[in-house]
Amino acid sequence: MSSTTAVAENVPQTRRTHSSLHRQRTWALWGSYVALGVFVIMFLVPPFYTLMTSLKSSAEISAQQGSPWMVHHPTLENFWYLLTYPNFQTFYLNSVMITIATVVVSMVISVLAAFSLARMGFWGSNVLSTGVFLTYLIPASLLFLPLFKIVGFLGLINSVWCLVLLYPTLAVPFCTWIMIGYFSSIPKELDEAALIDGAGYLQMLWRIFIPVAMPGIIAATIFAFTVSWGAFLYPLAYLYTSNQMVLTVGIVSDLIRGDVFQWGKIMAGVVLASMPPILIYAFLMDYYVAGLTAGATKG
Amino acid sequence: MADGTSVPVGVMTPAMAGARRAGSMKRFAQRRSTTAFLLCLPLILLVAGFVVYPAFYAIWLSLLNKKMTAFVGLSNFAFLLKRNTFQLVIFQSCLFAITAVIAKAILGFIIAHLMHNIPGKNQRIWRGLLLVPWVVPLALSTLTWWWMFDPSYSAFNWILEELGFGAVPWLGVGWIARICTITVNIWFGTPFFMIMYLAALKSVPEQLYEAAAIDGANAVQKLFFVTLPMMRNIIAITVLFSLIVTFADFDIVRILTGGGPQDMTHVFATYAFQVGIQSGDIPLGASVSLFMFPILAVAAFFVLRGVTRRTKEIAA
Repeated sequence: MSSTTAVAENVPQTRRTHSSLHRQRTWALWGSYVALGVFVIMFLVPPFYTLMTSLKSSAEISAQQGSPWMVHHPTLENFWYLLTYPNFQTFYLNSVMITIATVVVSMVISVLAAFSLARMGFWGSNVLSTGVFLTYLIPASLLFLPLFKIVGFLGLINSVWCLVLLYPTLAVPFCTWIMIGYFSSIPKELDEAALIDGAGYLQMLWRIFIPVAMPGIIAATIFAFTVSWGAFLYPLAYLYTSNQMVLTVGIVSDLIRGDVFQWGKIMAGVVLASMPPILIYAFLMDYYVAGLTAGATKG
Repeated sequence: MADGTSVPVGVMTPAMAGARRAGSMKRFAQRRSTTAFLLCLPLILLVAGFVVYPAFYAIWLSLLNKKMTAFVGLSNFAFLLKRNTFQLVIFQSCLFAITAVIAKAILGFIIAHLMHNIPGKNQRIWRGLLLVPWVVPLALSTLTWWWMFDPSYSAFNWILEELGFGAVPWLGVGWIARICTITVNIWFGTPFFMIMYLAALKSVPEQLYEAAAIDGANAVQKLFFVTLPMMRNIIAITVLFSLIVTFADFDIVRILTGGGPQDMTHVFATYAFQVGIQSGDIPLGASVSLFMFPILAVAAFFVLRGVTRRTKEIAA
């Protein structure tokens, strides 16, 4: 393409077509809004339906009359039932405990390792960082059967605490990877200055790296939280009594008795169980997105 | 660990003798790498104990008989490959992963472009709404889909009947059930593609588009000669991530169909679960899930090699 001739031809044209170009832009903008609106409606159908069903009484659901998309007599009885139902409280409590423990363990492991891999280095540390990345690519469903034997060997079958050992394997590789990226972007002059001032490495990590890389730490924490809150395969495979279950498996196994599907209660359970991720997402969306896309910009 | 970290760098004054200085520098470097190794130790132990060891253990298990008392060589794999059900599982896993990833990649690309068109302030709201499927835990939102696919009085069948069509047995007939599982996966995974592409679109320098416009490029040419080449690495990485997650997917099929009807929706993960946990044949189940490994490894190898090569080209 020869740019000079194109410019020469374009100059008078642009002046003439300025207003039509402007109109074109406006049309494109509105077109984008309409198309996006269609997509948003399509993507939000299931959450909407969850909410609608959760507000229906069992009688309304089993009557099967009128549009299932609307609530005719909204009621909070499903929510009330679940909040006062001991099993559901246990699931919730287990989920919260396991998630907090997983997040703490994962963050400690990955921040220490990322600091070491990004800044200090030792014999074989490059191999290790590549290895960490490759670990992230190994899915949980590849390892759950040997892990079943290992968990059994440790005597942790049907103990909710086995998840604290296993969930970090899902979260740590990606968190370490995010943190290596954030730590590497901190200028080297900062740690030189700290070393000259007589700070040790742990002090340097605690006083400089963690505060400066706070956005990365929040993003990684959110990732670890999401993983351990939503994991389904491990709890389904290793836990079988309701006092040890977490939300993702508890709702399915406890509210479906034989052929009786208490859809109103199941949907209310889904709403309550999705609340923590949704709230975190609503308040920390930018960190959430930063964590998701960290791979894209670093990779 | 504490004494290893308090390295007294500050006391190394210029007055120190050259020889002593070299010695302490050496010691300093040694301590530094010891500390570095200790900081990595938890990570190494975790990965070694719960990823690397189970991976090798899976290989060992797959060579044993059902009671894990005798070594049977590769006969588990041979048995699986001859089984009709397992041939279905291979086909369905590939169908599930490939169609879902292609659909997610295309839809995500379209939505990211639409999003990129609208001004930045409004983008946040739209992006926020579109990411909701990704935020809700998949095992929970699949329950909703299950309820919507319910054959008797369900969301979709009600609409179909209002429009004068008959009810569809969504999860009861093989091919429809397959399409349903794929649909749920697309619904869940498209926001991830969208958000990755949007980040990539924003990182393309505006000057390139200006230069292309000066050269007289139209919108389609800009897309193929500016946007896509600039985004190739991110597209490759996103597709790889998504391919692995989709290929190894468990939640959707397990909840929606449990592998049925007539095993026509089983994928590797759900079949391994059924064989290994529910039927108690851990060695056979381990063999099933090991089939995933070579496929994923080949995909990862080619994608990552391409990405590294392009990164080097950019750097050069």
